[in-house]
Amino acid sequence: MSRNGLMIDYDYCTGCHSCEIACKQEHGYPVGRGGIHLSEIMTELPDKTLRIDYIPFPTAYCDLCSARTAKGELPSCVKHCQAATMYYGTLPELAEQMEKKPHSVLFTPR
Amino acid sequence: MQSKDESQLLPIVDDVQVFKMGAWSPGPGCHGGCGVKVFVKDGKLLKVEGDEDHPYHHGRLCPRALALTQYIDHPDRLRYPQKRVGERGEGKWQRISWDEAYDTCEQRLRKIRDEFGAESIIFGQGTGRDSGGPIIFLAYAYGSPNWTLFGLSGIACFTPRLAAMHQVEGDATFPDAGQFFPLRYNDPEWVAPKVLISWARNLSGSQCTDHYFSGHWVVDMMKRGTKLIVIDPVNSWEASRAELWLQIRPGTDGALALGMLNVIINEGLYDKEFVEKWTYGFDQLKARVQEYPLDLVEQITWVPKEKIIKAARMYATAKPAAIRFGQPLDSNAEAVATIHALACLWSITGNLDVPGGNVIARPPYGVTLYPYSTQEVIQLYGQEFVDKMNEKRIGTDRYPLVKNFRSWALSDMVLEQMETGKPYPIKGLWCQTNNFMANTAQDPRRHYEAVRKLEFNVVVDTFLTPTAQAIADIVLPAATFPEKDSVFSTGVPVNAIYKVLTVDECKSDWEINFELAKRLNPGAVPWKDVRALFTQRLEVTGQTFEELCKKPWAMAPKGHPSGTVPYRRHEKGLLRPDKQPGFRTPTGKVELYSTMFEKYKLDPMPFHKEPIESPISTPEIWEKYPLIMITGRRNGVMFHSEHRQIPWLREINPDPTVEIHPDTAKPLGIEDGNWVWIEGVRGRVKRKAKLTRTMHPRMVHALHGWWLPETDGKAPNFYGIWDLNVNQLIPMGHPSSSGFGGAFTKTMLCRIAKIKD
Repeated sequence: MSRNGLMIDYDYCTGCHSCEIACKQEHGYPVGRGGIHLSEIMTELPDKTLRIDYIPFPTAYCDLCSARTAKGELPSCVKHCQAATMYYGTLPELAEQMEKKPHSVLFTPR
Repeated sequence: MQSKDESQLLPIVDDVQVFKMGAWSPGPGCHGGCGVKVFVKDGKLLKVEGDEDHPYHHGRLCPRALALTQYIDHPDRLRYPQKRVGERGEGKWQRISWDEAYDTCEQRLRKIRDEFGAESIIFGQGTGRDSGGPIIFLAYAYGSPNWTLFGLSGIACFTPRLAAMHQVEGDATFPDAGQFFPLRYNDPEWVAPKVLISWARNLSGSQCTDHYFSGHWVVDMMKRGTKLIVIDPVNSWEASRAELWLQIRPGTDGALALGMLNVIINEGLYDKEFVEKWTYGFDQLKARVQEYPLDLVEQITWVPKEKIIKAARMYATAKPAAIRFGQPLDSNAEAVATIHALACLWSITGNLDVPGGNVIARPPYGVTLYPYSTQEVIQLYGQEFVDKMNEKRIGTDRYPLVKNFRSWALSDMVLEQMETGKPYPIKGLWCQTNNFMANTAQDPRRHYEAVRKLEFNVVVDTFLTPTAQAIADIVLPAATFPEKDSVFSTGVPVNAIYKVLTVDECKSDWEINFELAKRLNPGAVPWKDVRALFTQRLEVTGQTFEELCKKPWAMAPKGHPSGTVPYRRHEKGLLRPDKQPGFRTPTGKVELYSTMFEKYKLDPMPFHKEPIESPISTPEIWEKYPLIMITGRRNGVMFHSEHRQIPWLREINPDPTVEIHPDTAKPLGIEDGNWVWIEGVRGRVKRKAKLTRTMHPRMVHALHGWWLPETDGKAPNFYGIWDLNVNQLIPMGHPSSSGFGGAFTKTMLCRIAKIKD
């Protein structure tokens, strides 16, 4: 059986923080702990413009919402992502989708 | 089409009940509109999730709604009515019963009405929350015409744009995101705008619902091929994804719009057929834009003219194209004129009332709980009563547009009248949803001095805010959305909100005002309870409040007068009360030259005015204060002055910061995390420096609404507001020529200095 993962199309992540709070609510994590952590990366491009990327990173506390997915629900971060730019699925499924996306990253936290 | 006609009650699993409803403040802090699932076990809130079936967000949800458990059960939450037992500001409060609270409010308000007239009480609201409806309800039942957004100079939020759009095009318009269709983007009649101008509207901050549009719909559109033009002084995420980014000098949006109109008109890029058939005053507009040659516009706006030309061409030739804009335009020195210029842009390019353009938005089914336009106020209270109220409403004698649009007293003149007692004295403040000491008001010290001298003040809120601590005699605890009944209809669809939880003695804003209105004027309250009132106002939808709760949302069917479909309704006689083709304006056309503004002795054409302080209007101040201070820019995890005490949200946004470009900070010896002074001609405040290359080197950005709930709430500290509140650098009393707009929250000049230990 294939492993599951999270794929982020980071062309569209706006850095809204919904994933972080959705995760804390789902797992009851306190301040200082969370299953997903948003990173901000700023890159100065050769033409001096600034590219801003946000990437939600699944931490050691991410269990891919196994209790939810067992019931056929999406992980809480994926469901609530306001930009609808996080994807959950098997690695082959996600890899196939990545072919179509200019900027994406695949995480396999478990 | 409506949502699935089944009970909102989902199966109970492990004793957890799930209720579907609309979300709105209090709680998330917002203008309402999305659909949620509320999970309850043993009477306690377990969690909140997005509702996948709701057409607004399809299950997506903002961080503030997702943190609702920490809000509802917060130990500092107001849970009982309280009365002040020490001096104002002494922080001595005593729990009282609701009976005593209502009795006190009734007696004090009756006495003031008998002695000085009902108009001597100001009914002030803030923003977000459904409280606008119950506040005008209470004010009008009591007999006071003085309903207002208390403290905000020029009422510079949303109302200036509504006033401008209603005069110029007879309605308010928003970008078309298929929001009036249950199928949204999949509806065959909808098309994505080829170009969307995102004008002074920061997606990462205003990320979710705001009336008829929601921030992340921009992303939905981008995925469907929409290209962005972003106009923002800050290098935002959206700017970094835009086809074209115009880094404008704050407060010069009117000049930029006129520069773009100059290009579009002089290059013949406008929609000649639409202009000829459906606009009034094109020749005058053509003459006016000649006063804005591109060299001058570049000088005013700091945007290179090549970019202005490119943006104008890109927008005008895209078809369809739409414009989304934000509050900074409402705070322009001449906000109404600026928004008039934007309306000219979408009109002369033929992007009005068409798929993928700017479309006309009216309340769903015509349901009004919270009136946003004159038509709605009259619909609720009748022309005669509204005319009577207008006689004594503050601001109406000086500003005819204020008199004739929306029924709000003008905030700057309310403050002046509190101080002078002329032409009649002000004796009290009913303050609901409004934390003016930390947030809403410019010159908060002046507001504090004026309000603390009043005879009787009531604050209705969810936490003991700096405002409640400083000025309240009675504090009433407001319920969050799952603790109460309400109806959302200031956007589509109409949503039911209903009570599934109880937190001690908290009551809804509607319930509080309904009960008090009944005591003060029984004749104005013929309903047996709030639900009966809701049912009456929902009559046009053909269902009762209880029936709507079971849906729990409803969208008017296609072709209903409140929707956008059919598009091009102006051609079909579907917009005007007389059923004639055209727009709901005196000429029936989009008034590029506004006959209403002319009637009100205002400039009938769009124009630009410099802010009261700027490199151009006050070069002598600019020399000593060489930075432009932006405040009020939204932050997605906190709504205005709310959520500072919510642990999960505070973790993300822990400090009252000022954002500075590293090149600006370096010569001042300022490093990231240093505490600094922001100094202006009116005073200085403390902030923690955050160095970021997203800022323009000549601008700084200070987050608004900061207070520190973890510090002393008593006088004189009031949770740190006198140290932190940037509005102390901004004056009151400079509204625009129309009265609306001119809060200068984006344009005060300042300098930064490191605080020495």
